[in-house]
Parts: sequence; structure tokens; C-alpha cells
Amino acid sequence: MTDRAFHRSRAQMLPERPAPIISVGVIGWIRTNLFSTWLSVALTLVSVGLLALILPPLIDWTFLEATYVGASGKDCIGAGACWAWFDQRIDQFVYGFYPEDAYWRANLAVILLVPAVGYLLFANLPYARYGRWFSLAYPVIAAILLVGGLGLDMVRTDQFGGFVLNLVAGITGIVLSLPIGILLALGRRSRMPIVRMFSVAFIEFIRGVPLITLLFVAIILLPIFLPREVSLDQLVRVMVIITLFASAYMAEVIRGGLQAIPQGQYEAGQAMALGYWQSMRLIVLPQALKISIPGIVNTFIGLFKDTTLVIIIGLFDILGQARLLQTNQDWLGKVDYETFLLAALFFFVICFGMSRYSINLEKRLDTTRR
Amino acid sequence: MNLKRIAGAAAVAAAFAVTGGAPGQAATLDDVKKAGTLKCGINTGLPGFAYTDDKGKWTGFDVAYCRALAAAVLGDANKVTFVNLTGKTRFPALASGEIDVLSRNTTWTLSRDVDLGFTFIGVNYYDGQGFIGRKSLGVKSAKELDGASVCIQTGTTTELNLADFFRVNKIKYEPVPIENNAEARAAYGAERCDVYTTDASGLAATRTTFSDADKHMVFPEIISKEPLGPLVRQGDDQWADIARWTLNALISAEELGVTQANVAKMAEGTNNPEINRMLGKEGSMGKMLGLDAQWAVRAIAAEGNYAEMFERYIGSKSPLGLARGLNALYKNGGILYSPPFR
Repeated sequence: MTDRAFHRSRAQMLPERPAPIISVGVIGWIRTNLFSTWLSVALTLVSVGLLALILPPLIDWTFLEATYVGASGKDCIGAGACWAWFDQRIDQFVYGFYPEDAYWRANLAVILLVPAVGYLLFANLPYARYGRWFSLAYPVIAAILLVGGLGLDMVRTDQFGGFVLNLVAGITGIVLSLPIGILLALGRRSRMPIVRMFSVAFIEFIRGVPLITLLFVAIILLPIFLPREVSLDQLVRVMVIITLFASAYMAEVIRGGLQAIPQGQYEAGQAMALGYWQSMRLIVLPQALKISIPGIVNTFIGLFKDTTLVIIIGLFDILGQARLLQTNQDWLGKVDYETFLLAALFFFVICFGMSRYSINLEKRLDTTRR
Repeated sequence: MNLKRIAGAAAVAAAFAVTGGAPGQAATLDDVKKAGTLKCGINTGLPGFAYTDDKGKWTGFDVAYCRALAAAVLGDANKVTFVNLTGKTRFPALASGEIDVLSRNTTWTLSRDVDLGFTFIGVNYYDGQGFIGRKSLGVKSAKELDGASVCIQTGTTTELNLADFFRVNKIKYEPVPIENNAEARAAYGAERCDVYTTDASGLAATRTTFSDADKHMVFPEIISKEPLGPLVRQGDDQWADIARWTLNALISAEELGVTQANVAKMAEGTNNPEINRMLGKEGSMGKMLGLDAQWAVRAIAAEGNYAEMFERYIGSKSPLGLARGLNALYKNGGILYSPPFR
């Protein structure tokens, strides 16, 4: 047959053509996300307008018109920000009053934190078996590095300061509040009345009182009750209170996760003849914790930011250092915003990091079939 | 929890009740010597009075007193543990024995002296509450501030003084509550209030931060008395005496012309018997205090005499540039006056 020309179907596939330029790539993204409807067009225009209004002066102030070099606030005469303090003060913002010749110890403790956390968080690292043990030993190693002992000079805890103090207090709180929170959550759902009542009383008491009140009790009232010879370290008191406070919130977050687990899962554990702790460890908690990840990370971030409250016991974390520089007569009135901006940047980096990791973790653990 | 454990807990609580409570009348001097360091309560940051240098070392007018006292008692001005205290934590810290002396721009009032159970050992800075305002207001005196909005730090004696002042003068004002000095500067700078009121030393510090300082004026009225000074726990008179006479030695040193530079030389003997008594060449004043003869020499050598401390941290040689005013010696028109070393 030669009348193929009249055949209604094609004998071979047409070559693939790229999608129209207006529906893929940058332009496509902009069309679907920024200009898909009239409402979104209006919102986009308003946002761009606002940014155009805010960003140029902000960048001008922060960078372009800023003063970077100078010995004191008197040298900051420009219209922009004053960053001249940065060189001579950054050490104090990071390390506080930590002895200068021991900075390496704080550095090492923070650097070792990376593998210690890494081995806990990521499954596919080399030497994972030894790494886990290292993670377990890390708190002891870090404590010796930071405080001293084993041949290292002792550093008093009131010399702690700057961002290192935020990290130390925050990480201690995070590491301790999760297990305590799990125990409290299990305790609150326990059938044993005393355990349950204790857990409920603890959680409700702590949640019912503002953190700052608890801190004042620990700082001001404790020394009046206790005999003069017994002196609990100030920093330890604060860390205990912050940890307990975060634990109570953590317990409720995890209890939410526990309640989302169907009864059948508990019964499955019983059917397998698992004991209470075994069925919790192997069946219930892994699922409950997975559900609770956003809430857990939320509590972590809140706890980390609460560490700035150490200011009320006269310790100078990074925010305290910012305020301290503001009251220095050489810089008076010149660094009111700049110092806070730096502190905010430090916090943002850490908190944003935690938030991104939690999203990653959720995706990795997502075993639901969609 | 079984009964045994409850009983144990009760016993521990009872033991605390017996040994705890009031921090006994122990000799603070012995405690300080035993600890080898003076625990001195200072501000968490106040321009000129307590601040950190670029090495992170505490320095300032209030800090200098701590160092002088440590030098007198322990022989080394560096043997001080600084405890930073807020307005809320300062009194409990002193009462509970967490610090040995409080040198934190604290106003000497009857209730603090009597009711809180402290002993003020003197005045190292006579302050008073004042107002700063724009010259464009066209007001010459604080008494003409009828209807003005006033930036005021909440929860301080300044707030009460302000209310008293406006009530006495039968004029109205609108308070703009703020939290701290930095916020006050911002609020006043943004014209959220017509005038700002705080201690005169603080006003002077604030004024130095304005780029257009000549457009602002500090009103002549000082509406309160704020005698600031160090204080110790009541009940240990020996310790209070040491603290008091260390301050007096610094003031007398100015009067007698003893300075950081010449104190060592003068300690070898002068023809002025009072200097000789103070510096331990004659008499036994150190022994009366429970210290050695050289105590005052070391106190003066630590940071200089009163005038040197004043000028270095808050006076003409500092960015604050405060005038001596009331804080000049009685001979120079001030009210600074130390009892004699006799």
C-alpha cells in the first residue's frame, strides 16, 4: 500500500520537545508561585515594594555606610553601623571571661561536638561503631575540657560566657531534657498511681510557673535556705532549672506522640510476650518519637533561646556581652543595635540549623506509604 | 517511696532547718582570708562605674573600691572575685553571704540600712535625680514641665521620686515607661518623650552619646538625694570598720596629698603625723582593725586616692567627664569629708 500519507496515525514518535519556556525553570516557578492569581500578583507587588523600601537603607546602614575601623565609639561618626568594636571584642562575645590561654579547650570541645552529634544523627558515617561510643563519652570529655581536671587548669563557671556559655547550657539542657521528658511522659500514662501522680504534679507545676520565677527561686531563695557551707554552683543551678523546665514541655510533646499510637501497637507488643520496657523501646517509642519530632525540635529551640536568661545570675552570655558593651563608656550610644544584631545572627544560625535538621530527619524517617 | 525514705527526707529537712536560716555572725574577715579572695558584688554594667575593658577585665569606679579593699585585706588588688548583680539579686546575694561586700551604686536609705539588715559604710558618690530635655521645648526649669511626657525607668526609686516631685509642684506628666538606659536613649532620641529622668551621672553619660549634645540641656533641678556607697551585712562590726576605713583612707589620701605615685615614698615617713598614722609609720591603726600596718598603703597603691579614681573612671579624664560637684572635698566646695585618722 502506498497511501500511507492518508494514514491518520503517525508511524513514529515525534521528537520530544522541551516544555514551553514559560512553564519551567525560573520563569515557570515565578509564574506558578508569584503570579498565578490576581491575589498573588497583588501580594507579590506589595512584598517587592516593601522590600525595596526596607532593604536598601538596611544594607546601606549595615554595610555600605558602616565604620569598620576605630579604637572607640568616637571614631564611629558615619551614618551607618559601627563595627569598629568587632576586632577587640569578638573574643568576649564568643568566649566571655574564659581565660585566653584556654580558648583552645573551648574550641576543641565545640569541634568535637560535631562528630559526637554527627554519629548520633546520621546513620551512614564511617567507623559508626566506635563513633557511637565516642558520642556517649563526649559529655565527660567536654566537661573536663571546659571545666578542667586531669592536668588541665580549673576554670570557674563564672568565667564562662559568650556564645560558648549558650552552647554549653543549651546542649546540656537538650541532652538531658529528652530522656527526662520521655520518662515523665511514660510516667504520666502509667497505671501505677504514685508514678502517675508524681509525673502529673511535676509537669503541671513546672508548666504553671514562669521560667524566670523558677530561676529566681533557685538563685535567690536557695542560698537563704541552705547553710552557708553548702554552695551549689550558680551555673549548675540555672542549668538544672532550665533542663527541668524543658523536660516538662518535652514530656507533653512526647505524650502527644504516644497517644497517636493505635492501641493495636501496644497489644502487638503484648502478643509478642514483650515486657513493658521492651515493647516501649522496640515498638511504641520509635513510632511516637518520630511523630513528635517537630514538637521536640520546637522545644529544643525554645530551650536554646532560654539560655539567655543566665543574665539574671550575672553571667554574660552573648546577649549579656552585647549589653555589657553598650554600657561601656567608650562605646556608649554607638553600638546599641549592632551588638544585638550580632547576637541575633549567632542564634539564628544555630536555631535555623536545628530546624533544617529536623525537616531532614522527618523525611528520612518517613515510612508511611503514600 | 517507702516510710524509711520519707523519714530520711524529713531528717535531712530538719538538719537544714537547724543549720540553715540566718547566715551566722561569722567573722567575714576570717572567711575572706581563708578563701584568699574577696567576693565583691558589682553592677552588670554601668558606664564609668562597672564595665569591662577590651581584655574582658572588670574596671570602673565601683570596681576600684573592691580592688582597694582586697589590697588592704589580702595584700593583692587582683584577689577579687567579681559577682555581677542586678537590681533584684543584689540584696539577697549580700544577705545570704554569697558576697562579702556590695559596691554597686546603691542608694543609702533608711529601709535598706535598717529593715534589710545591712550596714552602709559610707558614700563614694553623691548622686541625685535630674532631667534632660531638648532646648527647643523652651523650658528653663523642671517646674515648668506641666503636661510633659517623661521617659522613666520602671521599678526604681527614680519612678517614686518623679511622682513625688510632680505632686509637690502640682503639675501633671505623662510617664513613658522604659526598661534600661539604652532603651531610654532610643526613646528620647526618637522624641517619644519630651524629657528623660534618671540619676545625674546617668544623664551626663546619656548626653555624651548625642551627636547634637548642644541642643539638649540638663535642667538645674536635682529632685532627690542619692548617696551611693558600698555596704556590708549588719552584725559584723569589724568587717564594716575595715570596709568603712578603707573608703575613708582613699578620701583622706586625697586630702593629705597621698597619691598612687608617692604613697610608697610617703609610707617611709613624713613630717605629717596623720599621714604617718594612716600609712602605718606611727601608731597601731592597722592592728586595731585586725590588719597589718601597711593596709592603707596597699589600698591607695591599688587604684590611687579618691580623686585619682574619680578622674580616671568618671571624671575629666574619662569619656563621661563628670564634674566633681558635691563629690569634691569639703575644702573645695563639696561635701566629701573623712573622719580623722587618730
